[in-house]
Amino acid sequence: MVRIIAFLVGLFFSGMLGYSAIRTGYTMVTEPAAPTAEEEFHQHVKPVSFSFEGPTGHYDRAQLQRGLQVYHEVCKACHGLTQVAFRDLEALGYAEGQVKTIAAEYNVPSLNPETGEAETRKGTPADKFPSPFANDIAAKAANNGAVPPDLSLMAKARHGGPEYVYSLLTGYQAQQPEELLKKFPDSKTGPGLHYNPYFANLNLAMAPPLPIDDAETDRKAKDVAAFLMWAAEPKLENRHKSGIPAMIFLILFTWLTYMSYQVIWADKKKH
Amino acid sequence: MSFPWANHYEPQHPFMRYMDEKLPLPRFIYNAIGGGYPVPRNLNYFWNFGVLSGAALMLQIITGIVLAMHFAANSGVAFDSVEHIMRDVNSGWLMRYAHANGASMFFIVVYVHIFRGLFYGSYKPPREVVWLLGIVIFLLMMATAFMGYVLPWGQMSFWGAKVITGLFGAIPVVGEPIQTWLLGGFSPDNAALNRFFSLHYLLPFVILGVVILHVWALHIPGSSNPTGVPVKSEEDTVPFHPYYTAKDGFGLGVFLIVFATLVFFAPNFLGEPDNYIKANPMSTPANIVPEWYFWPFYAILRAFTFDFFFVPAKLLGVLAMFASILLLLFLPWIDTSPVRSGSYRPLFKKFFWFGLVPCIIVLGYCGGSHATNGVVLVSQLASVYYFAHFLIILPIVSRIEKTLPLPNSITESVLGAPAVA
Repeated sequence: MVRIIAFLVGLFFSGMLGYSAIRTGYTMVTEPAAPTAEEEFHQHVKPVSFSFEGPTGHYDRAQLQRGLQVYHEVCKACHGLTQVAFRDLEALGYAEGQVKTIAAEYNVPSLNPETGEAETRKGTPADKFPSPFANDIAAKAANNGAVPPDLSLMAKARHGGPEYVYSLLTGYQAQQPEELLKKFPDSKTGPGLHYNPYFANLNLAMAPPLPIDDAETDRKAKDVAAFLMWAAEPKLENRHKSGIPAMIFLILFTWLTYMSYQVIWADKKKH
Repeated sequence: MSFPWANHYEPQHPFMRYMDEKLPLPRFIYNAIGGGYPVPRNLNYFWNFGVLSGAALMLQIITGIVLAMHFAANSGVAFDSVEHIMRDVNSGWLMRYAHANGASMFFIVVYVHIFRGLFYGSYKPPREVVWLLGIVIFLLMMATAFMGYVLPWGQMSFWGAKVITGLFGAIPVVGEPIQTWLLGGFSPDNAALNRFFSLHYLLPFVILGVVILHVWALHIPGSSNPTGVPVKSEEDTVPFHPYYTAKDGFGLGVFLIVFATLVFFAPNFLGEPDNYIKANPMSTPANIVPEWYFWPFYAILRAFTFDFFFVPAKLLGVLAMFASILLLLFLPWIDTSPVRSGSYRPLFKKFFWFGLVPCIIVLGYCGGSHATNGVVLVSQLASVYYFAHFLIILPIVSRIEKTLPLPNSITESVLGAPAVA
């Protein structure tokens, strides 16, 4: 009885799926999906070699400091870094006093201790990087309807990570390729948008933050990508440092267990 | 229970004798995983994966308890509290990466364990109940993993919760009230996050309970073995300790090496980058995909694209997805071949390695890909095979197959047939 019911259930599902497959195949032949501009012109991230790659990778302190500088001068006008505290910057090689100076360059929301009214004060090492906008509505209003995302986790929140950040920053093109406009006349970059083949739909609201034809742009993009990787994964060095001894221990442990396995089983195996 | 030649627990120390009289826990352990459990001597490395599944469960429980001390189950702060664990809690990054990758490791070893059972016919009598309990554990694991993935409240957490609870909405008439009841609202929000956290903490202990039943049920007939030939004499078996504790120790070492490689050197390799973006109900990710261990089932769900008379495609997909797992419960009665082990079933073996295994891999690939027409077509064809394999091919193969001669005993399979005098 079980087998008969199972057989019928199997016939039903397989039949349904077979029928669907024929219809899908028919649709594919009769109405092939039209190619899209994204499919043909979207580009994969450019390969970049960073110091933190590989099992012994570590951050390049000087590069992170330069990256912070780029964030400070360019990105912070629109993008927050709200998961990162100023005190964390000591990991970049800054002394306590330097961290205090950097923190003081940012204004953080606060309450007046006398009146209780909302105000801003200078940042301290205990504060986190503030968001440049009071809320998403203010962010939208100031940016043509688009909310600039927080950058704290950006280097982990996109396929390609820091390489994606680098590719996007260096990938702007002043003009769309002629071939694209010829093939997809509807895909002309709209007003207030900027053509960048590394962005998912090829056009993004962010104007090129680094000048397109500038000798410094490539280095700055690399530096800020490395800095954002640190911001997203500040414990990467601890992870690598504890990983190596852990692996050595586990390999020794496994070798010992293998040897004892062989010894214990010696008289039970075929010789 | 067990075989007459099993070693007997004989406490030496007066304290152990006292314990044995008052609460014979050491005796229980001795008979379960110690010298008192005789096990076939010919088990191959596929038999390591039961113990490894238990180890993975314990790892998940331990890291999970620590994470729960620092996590805040509130949709307003959950995402930030996970980042707090990653940045400010001592070794918090280790706990979270171990827990996230531990889930993947748990599914890897459980999948190998299930496929071992499928190939060697471990589901056949007298071990049907062991198999049924195993499927129950698998279902509980899937529920637990799904709810755990919602907790960090990233984009995939939110949209995954929305899609999966939306499946219940496909049930006619009562579907939508059920979906609202499950979520505590019309869309995933704080109520859903809170109950998922509560259940995510509860279910692992339910799993642990069913694991104990699974092992208990196993100890009544004893472990199966790669030949499928039952144990006939004392020389066919070895005591679990020290023979299999040593072998499982080695297996555990290899497991931990793979696990540590992921945790320390590629912790986000198996994860989806979108989940590092805070949940945003106003912005749908381009490609909503579950974690890799759900991909084959997700492919089956998405393979139904056409309505069948009055039954909508979505409902068919949901039914097929549940059926694809629940059909495993009937396997002991669908496969009627008298030979247990796939090694002695030439036709079964071909369908297993050239049919079922590639079919699952293809389904997994499709489930993780963007659902273009081509991907949907391939998953439809693979799903046809999936259902046909278990429900149509298997019973026919069991009936028509000419099986190979079995060895006379387990010992003979290891040491060779005794020379004819």
